[in-house]
Amino acid sequence: MGIHIIKMPDIGEGIAEVELVGWHVNVGDTVSEDQALADVMTDKATVEIPSPVVGKVIALGGNVGDTMAVGSELIRLEVEGAGNLKGDAAGGTKASSSAAALDVEAGSSSAVSSTPTAPTMAATTSHASPESASSTAATSRAAPASSIAATSHTSSASASRALTPSNPSADPTSAGRDAGQAGRSSPASHHAALSREPGERPLASPAVRKRAWDLGIELRYVHGSGPAGRILHEDLDAYVQGQGAAASAASSGYRERHDEAQIPVVGLRRKIAQKMQESKRRIPHFSYVEEIDVTEIEDLRAQLNRKYGESRGKLTLLPFLARAMVIALRDFPQINARYDDEAGVVTRYGAVHLGVATQTDAGLIVPVLRHAEALDVWAIAQEITRLAQAVRSGKAERDALSGSTITLTSLGALGGIVSTPVINHPEVGIVGVNRIVERPMFRHGAVVARKLMNLSSSFDHRVVDGMDAAQFIQAVRALLEQPALLFVEA
Amino acid sequence: MSETLNTTLLVIGGGPGGYVAAIRAGQLGVPTIVVEGQQPGGTCLNIGCIPSKALIHAAGEFERAREYAQNAPLGISVQAPSIDIAQTVAWKDGIVGRLTGGVTALLKKNGVRLVRGWARVLDGKMVEVDTGHGLRRIHCEHLLLAAGSEPMPLPSMPFAGRVISSTEALSPTSIPDRLVVVGGGYIGLELGTVYRKLGAEVTVVEAQDRILPTYDPDLTKPVAAALARMGITVHLGRKVMGMNADGDAVRIQDASGAETVLPADQVLLAIGRRPRTQGWGLESLHLNRSGNALRIDDQCRTSMHNVWAIGDIAGEPMLAHRAMAQGEMVAEIVAGQKRRFTPAAIPAVCFTDPEIVTAGLAPQQAQDAGLDCLVGVFPFAANGRAMTLESTEGFVRVVARSDNHLIVGWQAVGRGVSELAAAFSQSLEMGARLEDVAGTIHAHPTLGEAVQEAALRALGHALHI
Repeated sequence: MGIHIIKMPDIGEGIAEVELVGWHVNVGDTVSEDQALADVMTDKATVEIPSPVVGKVIALGGNVGDTMAVGSELIRLEVEGAGNLKGDAAGGTKASSSAAALDVEAGSSSAVSSTPTAPTMAATTSHASPESASSTAATSRAAPASSIAATSHTSSASASRALTPSNPSADPTSAGRDAGQAGRSSPASHHAALSREPGERPLASPAVRKRAWDLGIELRYVHGSGPAGRILHEDLDAYVQGQGAAASAASSGYRERHDEAQIPVVGLRRKIAQKMQESKRRIPHFSYVEEIDVTEIEDLRAQLNRKYGESRGKLTLLPFLARAMVIALRDFPQINARYDDEAGVVTRYGAVHLGVATQTDAGLIVPVLRHAEALDVWAIAQEITRLAQAVRSGKAERDALSGSTITLTSLGALGGIVSTPVINHPEVGIVGVNRIVERPMFRHGAVVARKLMNLSSSFDHRVVDGMDAAQFIQAVRALLEQPALLFVEA
Repeated sequence: MSETLNTTLLVIGGGPGGYVAAIRAGQLGVPTIVVEGQQPGGTCLNIGCIPSKALIHAAGEFERAREYAQNAPLGISVQAPSIDIAQTVAWKDGIVGRLTGGVTALLKKNGVRLVRGWARVLDGKMVEVDTGHGLRRIHCEHLLLAAGSEPMPLPSMPFAGRVISSTEALSPTSIPDRLVVVGGGYIGLELGTVYRKLGAEVTVVEAQDRILPTYDPDLTKPVAAALARMGITVHLGRKVMGMNADGDAVRIQDASGAETVLPADQVLLAIGRRPRTQGWGLESLHLNRSGNALRIDDQCRTSMHNVWAIGDIAGEPMLAHRAMAQGEMVAEIVAGQKRRFTPAAIPAVCFTDPEIVTAGLAPQQAQDAGLDCLVGVFPFAANGRAMTLESTEGFVRVVARSDNHLIVGWQAVGRGVSELAAAFSQSLEMGARLEDVAGTIHAHPTLGEAVQEAALRALGHALHI
């Protein structure tokens, strides 16, 4: 066994530091080659760091949220063979001292890493009831496995040391294997006792080895039924089938759950959090909700899409709303503005740089549709689509992410009936779109079906009066309810 | 400067590791460029394995003819034979030329571009090649370092004048009267034997207390006896102090500090080989080292992302077939396959006379690894085929675990035993037990019967002894 150290790679030209934004592995996990170890973030992108080797995690080089230098130690793995740590003797002492140093952080992380292990063990240890396995994890037979899963967790590590001598010789083997299984967060499957000692290389012909690599299977975990414990093709077949069966069996029952997960708020999420907190703390919001009859504009939209959908692209409601805001804002310049509250200056803009709140896998991002006042509805639609794709693929250019003067937010079909949007500081207004619903309405004394939609908007009450805000929204409403006005140039 | 070339895989060095990697990458459709400053084929084809085996064969034939000229046990008699060494070398060069030409053709056939010139590493993705008529830059996604090794120099005895390396020794213009070989490893002994058979007075100086120190004494004893019979003088436990003032003798010192001189017309310095990591910009990558060699993991990755190293530059064992297997694997990984370099054994052959072949663990190594082992030895003296070949010297030895009879190692010494390497490594890779080999019918009469008999002997029921 050797120690393999993986250093923080240089993930972009000239970047000396990166932020560690997530671990995919815990101490004690067995990682396979190319398995993701960690996510790191630069100014430009979040990058996954894969493992170049197979091994067991024995130390993590940092906490989520840490800023790490390129070239610093990211993770330390125990690997078969010599590893890449210079000098075996030095490696031994270095490894153990760093493992000791990591005890402190393992104490907190083991709450995360060892707890999920206990239910796994309960599921696989047929003679232990779920309650006893989870509540007495520290002393039950499950303990060695969970403590191996979190090697550096001081108390359970010593518990395992105390227990190991009394265990039959087969136990460390199966415990080690189960720990490996748990580490890969797949339910332990194959119960046949392995005839190999821990660390002994599995015996298999080159053809079997190649097939295992292609299947992504670690031969160490495969029972060998051949002579001298040789792993045969049949053993691989059985292992593959066993994995599938165990996965489907694991989801049964009304088990109590005691797992909890602490998700560090880092990277983009941290930026979003800061921004939201800044907005809410600084800006005295007031919200205003108005109901809009969108029957006419929906009819118009359907017609336009029928007629021009092929040639100019399909329209959603958003481009009409954007256009309505552009026109309405001509009379309400105080709402299309940015308020520098420290300097005490409100800057009003002729241009409408419309922030369009967009959900991405990483979180909420507000790309900016620049000069919305100069675009017709189709151009707006195209630009919104382009921006959404750009931010979702992480390829948005820098000026597409800043400089908005007012923001439009829509949850689409999830719009609900009312929302209280948070202003995108230092702007002073935000307009939120709620769901369209068809309702019976009185119209000229008759009950008719109409399409209705709420607009929920928020404004910075320090610089926008309620009357102005209400009049602005009424202007938007008027434009949307008589959509011809959207296309009339005054 | 001409335009920058772009490729997916850039291989530095067209030796056995590099050219195999390139061929395999080409087969898998990976755009590949090989940079080679000399003929493709590397040390192995040009100045190593192949030319040395050619000369060993020629020297053996010559010696046999001389024997027949003296006495005729087989009834063959010959008038005093002579050798035209220039013709011998030309014949050897012809073989080398055919093989390197073959490699060039294979590269071409698989769509690999061969760039002739010396590479200089600029960074992990960019290499500059001095093609002799200008510099050319090559940008790559994957950089494969396969630059091989070079003869280790001895500070007290620089390569100059009478002091030559194996490279020069493989292209002699004449045979010196007195050759001193510094280094009792396989290179020194193979070439020393060649020169002895071609008529030189040969003296071997070795610092340790026995020849071929990496092999166990049972294996080297028949070689030492054969050297003595041939009339090669071996000085063990001697330190080489350098050439004398006149430059016509080697000064050696024994353990007590007493100094003597060995007159020499030529000195072959063969104390080992070192990875070729200096002088071509590799230092700028600051790759992790293991001694002189680049440190690699079991996928031949260096400490830098997408920079790979195979073969001699990545340290011991410096064997062509290891480099080839590593090269093949790296090409497959680059092509997106999951591979690992985890052979059960890398066989090694020493083409002395008699030959030595090993694969896996020797008895002592197995014991050091904590294994309780059975050892079975079968001597060629009891093998019919060996008698008909006049080569009854030596034996085959098998090492197997006593609990499950899994074979963990094979060794053999004797004439022609290098060909047993295939059987040895195959049984190890397949995970054969003693019963598997014992239960396999081996053709009679062949040397291979000794393999089966060794397994039978380890099981306690050899038939022919």
